Amino acid sequence: MKLHELTLYEARNGLDRGEFSSIELLESLLERVRSLDPDIGAYITVDIQGAQRAAREADNLIAAGERLPLLGIPMALKDLLCTRGIRTTCASRILENFVPQYDATVVSMLKKAGAVIIGKTNMDEFAMGSSTENSGFHITRNPWNHDCVPGGSSGGSAAAVSARMCTAALGTDTGGSIRQPASHCGVVGLKPTYGRVSRYGLVSYASSLDQIGPITRDVRDAAILLNVICGHDPLDSTSADIARPDFEGVMEKFERDGPSLKGVKAGIPREYLSVKGLHPQVEKAFANARKHLEDMGVEMVDISLPQTDYAVAAYYVIAPSEASSNLARFDGVRYGFRETEARDIIDMYKKTKSRGFGPEVQRRIITGTYALSAGYYDAYYGRATRVRSMISEDFSRAFEQCDIIISPVAPTPAFRIGENVDDPLTMYLTDIFTLSTNMAGLPGISVPCGFSSQGLPIGFQIMAPRFDEISLIRAGYALELSLSLEKRFPDI
Amino acid sequence: MKITRKDVEYIAHLARLEVDDLLVDKFADQIGSILEYIDKLKDADVSGAQLMSGAALQSNVFREDKVLPSPGPGVTLADAPEREDDFYTVPRVVG
Repeated sequence: MKLHELTLYEARNGLDRGEFSSIELLESLLERVRSLDPDIGAYITVDIQGAQRAAREADNLIAAGERLPLLGIPMALKDLLCTRGIRTTCASRILENFVPQYDATVVSMLKKAGAVIIGKTNMDEFAMGSSTENSGFHITRNPWNHDCVPGGSSGGSAAAVSARMCTAALGTDTGGSIRQPASHCGVVGLKPTYGRVSRYGLVSYASSLDQIGPITRDVRDAAILLNVICGHDPLDSTSADIARPDFEGVMEKFERDGPSLKGVKAGIPREYLSVKGLHPQVEKAFANARKHLEDMGVEMVDISLPQTDYAVAAYYVIAPSEASSNLARFDGVRYGFRETEARDIIDMYKKTKSRGFGPEVQRRIITGTYALSAGYYDAYYGRATRVRSMISEDFSRAFEQCDIIISPVAPTPAFRIGENVDDPLTMYLTDIFTLSTNMAGLPGISVPCGFSSQGLPIGFQIMAPRFDEISLIRAGYALELSLSLEKRFPDI
Repeated sequence: MKITRKDVEYIAHLARLEVDDLLVDKFADQIGSILEYIDKLKDADVSGAQLMSGAALQSNVFREDKVLPSPGPGVTLADAPEREDDFYTVPRVVG
């Protein structure tokens, strides 16, 4: 087996046993980046020298007997996680040359655990989008079919993992931005509970919805990464001071006793399966995975999430409202791009923002500003936050009847590049199955469950109550073992 | 909901944006159709529903009132597009 094909877990064991070095593993991945990324476009910045330095250090530590969860593991980071000394662009012209002075808390945690940072991945500008077509630099192509999008907004991270141009990656999820690209690229994406992972050093899009999580080759790798990045951080006031279980412990138990989900109740929201535009092949892949769960002892329960019809509308008030406030900081004064040809300071703000931000970002800022403006606040933002609490209550009620909730991740497999770019509303509606968990702060995972007739991957979503990621990992891992998909990665 | 060119320009001004002239009409159409969709919120029965502005655990967050070392202007101003000594410089503010 070639080194780039190894999962994080396999690489971890191989490195510790001295079968290969971190620098060899890194070079094997970098070779893929050199040959494939000119076409795929998963990366914005590749830090070859920094990665080589970190890999050599890791090799020295391993030789000296050091054992750390990510020691020598090459990882990619979505380009809105601040990395000290490596530019962090958010795929925006306005931050094209921004080099942070500090590491995001998750980045410090990865480094402390020994990770090697290969580079920063492409995304929709400021995480606003579902296809990575809104990047201010270039598009990213789906490794399974170069005419299709990888999903978004963490499309670069998902494509880099799928094309095996990194061993694992981090993404962020505000309305589905980890799970949907993971689904479209045939990899695993886990959005933790809001508050589980510190957001310090994550450039905010919609602060009450954003959450950082792993994008990996399989469920075990997601558990390993989650073990590293969870934890209370005093620098993020929304970070939860709550103990974390050993997420990898599930695997050991299943290996010992065989995968069983006996006694687990899974809710299927009846509103989700009647969503307009649900692709028959997505439905079929979902039904097949559901059957596998049933065979492992899961009891299916019919549940209702009555606010589903209002969720997208409420989300597209709340997220742009928060964005319009968060993005006001890019004013050309403290960091980032500044337009120097300006009459006065207001003119400077306007020219800086309009030349620095792409159209989708400007559209969302305007929508959010409108929703928050005098006379409209109660009708839009106020109403949306009430619907949000009703969505959250829907889930609480549902979880009285079941332990997990299952659904498709996206209504269709990856769509073609350019198909939805001029129709933002249609693009927004593709988030229907994922964004409610962000509204309620719940965790969710996307696990590959099959392929369309065109050979595009399809993901299966599992949701759980707050801080119950262990249920996602247990069910996700069991499903992965049971399905045993023959083809996990594209032939590239 | 009908959004006019003038609406877009006015809201853009509030947000300190200067939308490219070629984009204004397109934005008016797109934002109009987004708002029209969002208007379905009016049909939701929200009577008795609480406001929910965040998803964090509902508990107060305290920290010790302790002075920590500052990174200093050498770090905090390092990314400024324009500066003079330890100050940010900006175009004229008062006319």
